[in-house]
Amino acid sequence: MEIIIPTINLASIYPEIVVTIFAVIVLLLHAFTPHHSPGGAGKGGDHLGYISFIGIAYATFLVFTQEGGTEYSFNGLWILDNYSRFFRLIFLLGTGLTILISVKYVKDEGINHGEYYSLILFATVGMMIMGGGADLITIFLGLELMSISLYVLAGYTRNRLTSNESSLKYFLLGSFATGFLLYGIALLYGATGTTNLKGISGFISESNFGNPILIMGMVLLVVGFGFKIASVPFHMWTPDVYEGAPSPITAFMSAGPKAAAFAAFARVFFEGLPSLQGVWVDLIWILAVLTMTVGNVIALVQNNIKRMLAYSSIAHAGYVLVAFVSANELGIGGILYYMLAYTFMNIGAFGIIIVVGGKGEKRVNVDDYTGLAYRHPVAAATMSLFLFSLAGIPPTAGFMGKFYIFSAAIKSGYIGLAIIGVINSVVSVYYYLRITVAMYMKEPESAVSGAESMPSLVFSTAMIIAMVIAAYGVLRMGIFPSAYIALAQQSHLSF
Amino acid sequence: MFYIIGGVAVLSALIMVTNKKPVSAAMSLIVTMLCLSGMYVILDAHLIAALQIIVYAGAIMVLFLFVIMLLNIQEKEGRLSGHKIFLQFAWIMLVGYVFISMVKLIGGDSLPARVEGSINGFGTTKAVGEILFTDFLLPFEIASILLLAAIVGAVILAKAKVD
Repeated sequence: MEIIIPTINLASIYPEIVVTIFAVIVLLLHAFTPHHSPGGAGKGGDHLGYISFIGIAYATFLVFTQEGGTEYSFNGLWILDNYSRFFRLIFLLGTGLTILISVKYVKDEGINHGEYYSLILFATVGMMIMGGGADLITIFLGLELMSISLYVLAGYTRNRLTSNESSLKYFLLGSFATGFLLYGIALLYGATGTTNLKGISGFISESNFGNPILIMGMVLLVVGFGFKIASVPFHMWTPDVYEGAPSPITAFMSAGPKAAAFAAFARVFFEGLPSLQGVWVDLIWILAVLTMTVGNVIALVQNNIKRMLAYSSIAHAGYVLVAFVSANELGIGGILYYMLAYTFMNIGAFGIIIVVGGKGEKRVNVDDYTGLAYRHPVAAATMSLFLFSLAGIPPTAGFMGKFYIFSAAIKSGYIGLAIIGVINSVVSVYYYLRITVAMYMKEPESAVSGAESMPSLVFSTAMIIAMVIAAYGVLRMGIFPSAYIALAQQSHLSF
Repeated sequence: MFYIIGGVAVLSALIMVTNKKPVSAAMSLIVTMLCLSGMYVILDAHLIAALQIIVYAGAIMVLFLFVIMLLNIQEKEGRLSGHKIFLQFAWIMLVGYVFISMVKLIGGDSLPARVEGSINGFGTTKAVGEILFTDFLLPFEIASILLLAAIVGAVILAKAKVD
C-alpha cells in the first residue's frame, strides 16, 4: 500500500502551534502547582497570566518572521497570505490585551486561573485557524474550537447567575447557528463536490452557478456567519451574553472572535463564492442597514454600560458589513483596518469598565460614572478617548476606520448605504457621549453617599500597560493612519 | 429500501417527540439512529454506519438513559391544547412545503454525478483512515485540540466545588 503524504509545511502553522503549546503548558502548570491555601484559589496565579502573555508575544514575533507571499499547504487546506497574517496579528493583539486586563480581575473574582488562560489561548488558536483556513472544513473546525472555548469562558464566574445564563444562552443559540453553518457547508459540498474554497469557486465559474442548492447553501452560510458576527436579525444573543459574561471575556468576545468570524466570512465569500456576488451583495446590504440601525437605536436607551456596548458592537458589525458590501480592495482593507481599530478601542473601553466595576462587577450602570472626572481624571480621560474613537470622532482610529469604510462604499457606488451609515454614526454619538457627559459635566454625588458609591479605583500594572497600549494604538492609528492603511491594503485578498 | 428505512426513521422520530415517557422517547430515538446508520450503509459509508451505531445508538443513548433514570423525571401532567397542536402542525407543514418546493426547484439534473472517490474502497475503514492521515491531517489535528478544549471546559463547568 502506498500512501502519498501531502506537503506538510509546519512553518506555516508555527504561531498556532506555539499558542497551543502554551495553552497546554498553562494548564499543566496550574495542575501541578500547589494552590490549596484555604480560600485562596485566586491567589498566586498571576504568573500563569504572564506566561500566557509571553506565549502570545512569541507567537506574534513568529507571525512577523513568516515571509510574505501566498502559500498553500496541507493539501490546500491551509493558506498563509498577507490576509491571514494581518488577522492573526489582530487576534494575538486582542488576546494579549485581554490577558493583561484579566490579571487583576481574575484575582479579585477568585476564579480559577489555569483553565481561564488556557481556554483563552485555545480560543485564539481557533480564531487563527479560521483566519488561515482555505477549506470549509478547516474553517469550521476553527470556528468550533473558538466557540466552545467561549461558551465556557462566558460562564466562568459560576457563582453569578447572569454568567450562567449568558453561557447557556450562548451555547444553545450558538449550536443552532453552527447547525445552519454546517448545513450550508453540506449543501455547498453537495452542489460542487468539494469543500475547498478554490475548488468551489473554480467549479462555480465553469458550470451552473444558478444552481438552487448553491444559493441555499450560501444563504445558510450567511445565517451562520451572521450569528457569529452578531448582525441583525441574528443578534438576539449578544446583549444577554455580553452583559452576563465576565467583563474581560466580553471585551475578548467583542474583539477577537468577531474579527475571526469576519475573516472567515470574507474569505469564504470573496474566495469561494465570488461568482455569486450579485446574489449575496443584496442580502448583505440589507443585513448591513438593519444591523447598523437596530444596534444604534437600541443602544440609545441602555443603562447598563456592558449592554450598551453590546448593542454598539452590533452596530459596529454593521459598519464592517458596509465594507463587505463594497467588495473592492478598499473594502477588504477597510474590514482589516476597522477590526484592528475596534480591537484597540473596545478592549480599552472594557478595561476602564473593569476598573470602575470593581470587585463583583457592581458598578456597571451609566449613573455609576457620574462625576468620575472629578475623582479620577486619568481614568475619565482614557475612557473618553475610547468612547470618542467608538463614536468616530477625529483624531482617533475609529474616525479613520469609518472614513475608510464609507469612502470604499461610495467608490463602489453604494452611496445610499454610505449615507445610512453616516446617519447611524451620528446617532451613535449620543449614547457614547452620554457617558462622557456623566463623567465630566455632572457633579459627583453628595459627599455623604459619594464616598460609598465611588471608592478609589485600583489600576494594576498589567491594566496600566494594556490601557497605554490601547490608547497609543487608538491615537497612533488615528493620527498617522497611512502606515496601517498601507498594511491593510497590502493584505487584501487576492481574488 | 431507502423508503422503508426513511419511513421508519421519520416515524420513530415523531414518536420520540410526541411521547411523554422519557424512556420510551429515548428508545424511539435509538430506532431513529439505527435507521440513519442503515442509510449510511446504502450510501456505501460502512465505517460511518458502524460508528453511528457504536457512538450514538450505543454510548450516547446509554448515557441519556442513565441520566433520565437518575433524575427520575416524572411524566408531566396535562396535554397540549388543540390550538397549540394545530399551530405546531401548521409550522411543520410550512417547513415541509418549503423543503418540497426546494427539491422541486432543484430537480434531479442539477445534482452532480457521483464523486470519483466512490469507486475503490470508499467508506471502508482503510480508505477513511488513509484520507484522515494524509489529505485531512490538519483538520484531524485541529479536531484533537477542539476535543481537549471541550474536555477542559466540561470539567470546569461541572466541577463540584465553586471556588
